[in-house]
Amino acid sequence: MPKAEALSKTKPMAISDLANPTRFLAFADRILPFVWAAALLGLGVGLYLAFFVAPPDYQQGETVRIMFVHVPSAWLSMLGYGLMAIAALGTLVWRHPLADVAAKSIAPVGAAFTFLALVTGSLWGKPMWGTYWVWDARLTSMLVLFLMYLGLIALWRAVDDSGRASRVAAVLILVGAINLPIIKFSVDWWNTLHQPASVFRMGGPTIDASMLWPLFVMAIATTLLFLALVLMVMKNEILRRRMRTLQLTAAGATG
Amino acid sequence: MIGAFAAIAGQTVRLSFKSGGGALVGLVFFLTVVTVIPFGVGPDLNLLARIGPAVLWIGVLLATLLGLDRLFQDDRDDGSLDLLVLSGTPLEIVVFAKALGHWLATGLPVTLAAPVLGLLLNVEPLGLGAVTLTLLVGTPGLTLIGAIGAALMAALGRGGLLVAVLVLPFTIPVLVFGVSAAAAVIVGPTPFLPPFLILVALTLVSAVVAPVAGAAALRASFD
Repeated sequence: MPKAEALSKTKPMAISDLANPTRFLAFADRILPFVWAAALLGLGVGLYLAFFVAPPDYQQGETVRIMFVHVPSAWLSMLGYGLMAIAALGTLVWRHPLADVAAKSIAPVGAAFTFLALVTGSLWGKPMWGTYWVWDARLTSMLVLFLMYLGLIALWRAVDDSGRASRVAAVLILVGAINLPIIKFSVDWWNTLHQPASVFRMGGPTIDASMLWPLFVMAIATTLLFLALVLMVMKNEILRRRMRTLQLTAAGATG
Repeated sequence: MIGAFAAIAGQTVRLSFKSGGGALVGLVFFLTVVTVIPFGVGPDLNLLARIGPAVLWIGVLLATLLGLDRLFQDDRDDGSLDLLVLSGTPLEIVVFAKALGHWLATGLPVTLAAPVLGLLLNVEPLGLGAVTLTLLVGTPGLTLIGAIGAALMAALGRGGLLVAVLVLPFTIPVLVFGVSAAAAVIVGPTPFLPPFLILVALTLVSAVVAPVAGAAALRASFD
């Protein structure tokens, strides 16, 4: 018995070991403090750069600083749905044990960042465009993304059997993934009020370097924050499922 | 196979019209929506004439969405869904037949009622014709797209509003092009044919995708 344990401890952990919930919990516990530290440090540096170092826009003035929160939030809302789509493939195609846990955990965090993007964009729109909201392609498709997030969260909450719900949710996630290219290219396909792409476009970014670097720092910092939150939600979800199994077992034993 | 198709579609229609079937409830809901909107918007007939096609389309969309959970739920409750899945009939035929029966029982009555209710909204006669035509083409598409959501939720047992919420984003293109085509006849310089043809295309595509996706959903939820 001790020999087998010693053998398993000396082998380096492969990425496929993360499919084991126990190993995943141990892994998450190990890296979470570092991810949180990096996220908070990055946010501190990024917010300082955004509010004190980046210059005011020649046209928009100080209001442009909302961009440093609005744009990373929008990027993360789409990244979140993209990761959910990959997790959905993991559930349906590869039957990865933790894929549905990942999808279920990303949804509320992604929905929160989508909401943040919508709200900061709306607050930015009032001084810039004169209106809190306009039904152009970019805003409408982001709102539809938010609705899809909420619909998926409602689906998971409505069903007790997590196995079946995860397959249904996976199909819905993949069908809804059509929205992602629509969001990304909406400002290029249609003549809308929202400005066209100025960072991720053919021909390189058109935004000035003094604003581009704080933007990237904020993007990386918020992505680390996203990762930390998703890992914590995944831990909770695994523990919640274990508790449910224990409860069912206990109920079965006494009944 | 044609016999099975006709039998399933016919039985869906018959059961819908019997007591507890819910065939005409959608129609009454449509009437309620069209009646309530002028209470909120105000009785200005010019305004109602301008938004009339959109109001009719939204009423039809909501009536269709709310009736969708019944598509497979009644069969699931009395066990005949299991029999349909286990029978030799291809599931794609089953899904298409049930969607057709559902449309005949709920979508078609609502489409036929639309020109009458359009009179309540002061829509001009040419507009009434355009709305009816676009609804005739669009409601099968709505039922088919909704059938995918209904099939996904069939085995889970929780239907109702959740199916409507999940299906809604995918029915938005049908709504947009339907209203665009109908309004083009009334209001504008924009032509009628392009959005109408796209509407036809959406329905035809859903006629292919929905049976396949719905059958896959039913199979996946019964393993």
